[in-house]
Amino acid sequence: MSADSSTSQEIPNPAVDGSELIRFDKVVKRYGSNTVLDELDFSVASGKHVTLIGPSGSGKTTILRLLMTLVKPDEGTIKVGDNYLTHEERNGKLVPAGEKHVREVRKNIGMVFQQFNLFPNMKVLRNITEAPVTVLGLSKDEAEQRARELLDLVGLGDRCDAYPSQLSGGQQQRVAIARALAMRPQVLLLDEVTSALDPELVAGVLDVLRDIAHTTDITMLCVTHEMSFARDISDQVLMFDSGRVIESGTPEKIFTEPEHERTREFLSAVL
Amino acid sequence: MNWNWSHVDDFMPLFWDGVELTLKALFFGTLIAFSLGLVWAIAQRSEKKWIRWPVTVFTEFIRNTPLLVQLFFLFYVVPEWGPSMSPLTTGIVGLGLHYSTYTSEVYRAGIEGVPDGQWEAATALSLSKRRTWTAVILPQAVRRVIPALGNYVIIMLKESPQMAAIGALDMLGQAQGYSQATFTYEAISVVGVAFIVIAYPASVLLRVLERRLVR
Ligand SMILES: Nc1ncnc2c1ncn2[C@@H]1O[C@H](COP(=O)(O)OP(=O)(O)OP(=O)(O)O)[C@@H](O)[C@H]1O
Ligand SMILES: [Mg+2]
Repeated sequence: MSADSSTSQEIPNPAVDGSELIRFDKVVKRYGSNTVLDELDFSVASGKHVTLIGPSGSGKTTILRLLMTLVKPDEGTIKVGDNYLTHEERNGKLVPAGEKHVREVRKNIGMVFQQFNLFPNMKVLRNITEAPVTVLGLSKDEAEQRARELLDLVGLGDRCDAYPSQLSGGQQQRVAIARALAMRPQVLLLDEVTSALDPELVAGVLDVLRDIAHTTDITMLCVTHEMSFARDISDQVLMFDSGRVIESGTPEKIFTEPEHERTREFLSAVL
Repeated sequence: MNWNWSHVDDFMPLFWDGVELTLKALFFGTLIAFSLGLVWAIAQRSEKKWIRWPVTVFTEFIRNTPLLVQLFFLFYVVPEWGPSMSPLTTGIVGLGLHYSTYTSEVYRAGIEGVPDGQWEAATALSLSKRRTWTAVILPQAVRRVIPALGNYVIIMLKESPQMAAIGALDMLGQAQGYSQATFTYEAISVVGVAFIVIAYPASVLLRVLERRLVR
């Protein structure tokens, strides 16, 4: 997996800050004639919790889906740690990444979806152990122990044997968080993970995420409309509009004294 | 016309031969149709055009030509340059192959019914292709289509008499032979009842399965 450094001169290497974990470099994404991301550059430092905010259709979900390799960029490169997600190095040249390379790099990334997407045919425990066993090669016992610890963490230690359909939305989403964490990813992607939930179930899920944000060093990239939650966990907030970062800063700065007119309009609409 | 029980008695040995053949053809034909259909359905979702394309052409061709023609082809033409099979084996292969092109459509609908989110979650967890299919997609897809698959068992039962054309005498084939030789109708009636006796419990079972599986 590790890139051969002696051949790296020919590879366009953006100025790298040692702790940078994610870098988008001139990423373009189009759907038909609709250019959603237009030469987007941005980076996330390792261990930081970054929240993406912005109006509907500004491309927030697209960014997370690009990172999760659910969609492919039309142009540009995406780097995770020392490796390109979109490309791989062969003979010192960058070529589009093959399936195997993508799988390796992607193992560092976990995602929690708006609709949970638990596997309905598997019990809770197996939802969590399936990937650690078959992808990471953990033994069944190791995986189950890890799963039980995570279920305790999300407050569902007693629901190992339930099927997802027997759980509330909030409980399902907490299982989904445990499932993502069981792969020990470096980055956790969260796309509006509470917006499909009944209002009374939102707090439980956000509490779990707060807990994870404050007690682990996992890097989080989070899209949310829960501004108080964003303020609470974020080191950095990125304001998107039409596929560009128009403003970024600490939550204090963005939420209390935004510079950009669009940010002010957006915040006054959602707060 | 008077009902004559002695014709029924005379017919019985032939009837049981026919029943045996019908059930064999149905059992093995179903096995082939269900497994081959799954292979076609998965192949048609392959990313590789050279897999997808021939499978589509082949299954469309089989589905849109009569079973009878395929049975004749397998029985009279294939042995010219390939294996020659007994009438029963030919019938089983023909029936299974023909209906595999229908069950593949059933599986396909089941697979398409699995929400995109399931594929996406499998990708996000880096599950292998094989694991995504066997652990996530197929268990959900197949569960949904079991009743529809079951319907094809009943259809295959009703179409199995076509095998008589290549000399594999199922229960109807036997009855036809007997009736034409003796100018009587008892044998045909017995077989009619036998079809109901086999098919009706099967449909009931299917309805029960449907209620239990499709939620
Ligand atoms: N599969 C797709 N096909 C076509 N267009 C798409 C597709 N997915 C997204 N888009 C378009 O891309 C643009 C950005 O979508 P995206 O989902 O990234 O926005 P978002 O910022 O997440 O919005 P929201 O806050 O509503 O979730 C939108 O204009 C959307 O219509
Ligand atoms: Mg979105």
